[in-house]
Amino acid sequence: MSIQINHLTYIYNPDTAFEKKALDHVSLEIKKGEFIGLIGHTGSGKSTLIQHLNGIITPTKGEILLDGENIHKDKAKLREVRRRIGLAFQYPEYQLFEMTVYKDVAFGPTNMKLSPEEIHKNVVAALETVGIAKELYEKSPFDLSGGQKRRVAIAGVLAMNPEVLILDEPTAGLDPKGRDEILQAIKHLHEERGITVILVSHSMEDVAKLVDRIIVMHEGKAAMEGTPKEVFRHVKELEAMGLAAPQVSYVFAALKEKGFDVPLDVFTVEEAKSVLLDLVRQVKA
Amino acid sequence: MIRDITIGQFYPVESPIHRLDARVKLTLTFVYIVTLFLINSFVGYLFVIAVLGASIKASKVPLKFMLKGIKGIMVIIIFTAFINLFMTRGEQLLWQWGFLSLTVEGIVLALKMCMRLILLIVGSSLLTLTTTPIQLTDGIEYMLRPFKRFGMPAHEIAMMMTIALRFIPTLLDETDKIMKAQQARGADFDTGSLMQKAKSLIPILVPLFISAFRRAEELAMAMEARCYHGDENRTRMNRMQMHRRDYGAFVVGAIYLVVIIGLRYAGNTFSSLI
Repeated sequence: MSIQINHLTYIYNPDTAFEKKALDHVSLEIKKGEFIGLIGHTGSGKSTLIQHLNGIITPTKGEILLDGENIHKDKAKLREVRRRIGLAFQYPEYQLFEMTVYKDVAFGPTNMKLSPEEIHKNVVAALETVGIAKELYEKSPFDLSGGQKRRVAIAGVLAMNPEVLILDEPTAGLDPKGRDEILQAIKHLHEERGITVILVSHSMEDVAKLVDRIIVMHEGKAAMEGTPKEVFRHVKELEAMGLAAPQVSYVFAALKEKGFDVPLDVFTVEEAKSVLLDLVRQVKA
Repeated sequence: MIRDITIGQFYPVESPIHRLDARVKLTLTFVYIVTLFLINSFVGYLFVIAVLGASIKASKVPLKFMLKGIKGIMVIIIFTAFINLFMTRGEQLLWQWGFLSLTVEGIVLALKMCMRLILLIVGSSLLTLTTTPIQLTDGIEYMLRPFKRFGMPAHEIAMMMTIALRFIPTLLDETDKIMKAQQARGADFDTGSLMQKAKSLIPILVPLFISAFRRAEELAMAMEARCYHGDENRTRMNRMQMHRRDYGAFVVGAIYLVVIIGLRYAGNTFSSLI
């Protein structure tokens, strides 16, 4: 399935003193199985955009087509849209409310009126995907650590078996270990189950490492689009939007300035490692 | 929908009423509320409406905002009108059915009670719409000072009010976020029986309470980290100062009070005329 966004415009508090245009004629296409990174400065319209994708916000102008059909055409189908497009908000652990981890994860699939067997299957699968051990199923979600809570909350979205998973800053405020665990789980989901993933992130490193395509939002518009290599080449433009290229690329720019013969399109640490090792071997030889 | 809630909303414009000292406005509002219960004639009500109208005009706040508060208590107004209309015993009976009776006295009383309620709400809206919450609580703290002698924690009460007002928009925002998050998980708040609707609030209320407690704890910690210890030896950033306009407002208030009392006595003396 694909998501087609046509001239999406959204205005907060229209016709009042607090009027604010959050999205301005955004047109995008998201294809099945893609891994998309959505980046942009605070207030660029990222969060407003993703809330449109599963119909939480209704557009002021424009439309969102899911497999060619406007998601707001039939109000009764909105719940099905929300099942197919799973949205995990920022700090999702703040929405936990049930007595046990298991029950909280089951909240979504229960609302979707799945059969009890299916609910059980989905809940267990989702919790396994995010790496929550069986011993924790009957614990109160409020007794878990911060990283565990976050993973349980994401499992709550996964348990609906979405075809598209949207994550708003899933690693914000986590320690490096918690961050890696979550990113690993997301990567796994994309590779093994072929889920379309849209990752909103402030970390250029994470984006460079994980995604196939980057969409850059700036002042309510989709300002740039392309593979990480294409987008991160435009360091000047990114910096003008309050963003940056991954830190590694700055190291390579400095090396180039010092007279070393290195490529300038190195954006992940792994890539940098192999390039630098080659360089060291060349220099030795 | 949740954005329509406007408790303690301040309307930011420049006006003579906005510039008045909060203490003056509090005192005058208090006087105004007392006078609402002093007047007993329609002439008195007309006078109060004229004075309130002039004050609203001077405050430059659109009348629409003033009347917003009435919507919230419409049920109470209608209920009051109903009770007074049909339950008042009187001599000039117009209509009767069972225990319900309509009398001239009932109609007069119902009209007066409803006017009293509406004037009460609009008058106090004028105070909150023209005074920032901070000024308001500072004013309340000042006015409560005499009661400190009897052990009333004036500063603490004012501080609690400030914090409560400060957190209304924060918690509304939070509610909005939690509702959206649960909607994304297929929660439905609008359909189903009353019982189902009540149940559907649990996924909102539990996280909201937890977050309110968390915020309270964080705020307490932050205040302690900055050595907050309450009233003792605390100086203010904005000192309240009385200006000539404030004394002028008092004079206007005094004249208003005299007229109201005069009208009451006149009403008692010539009650047959009104």
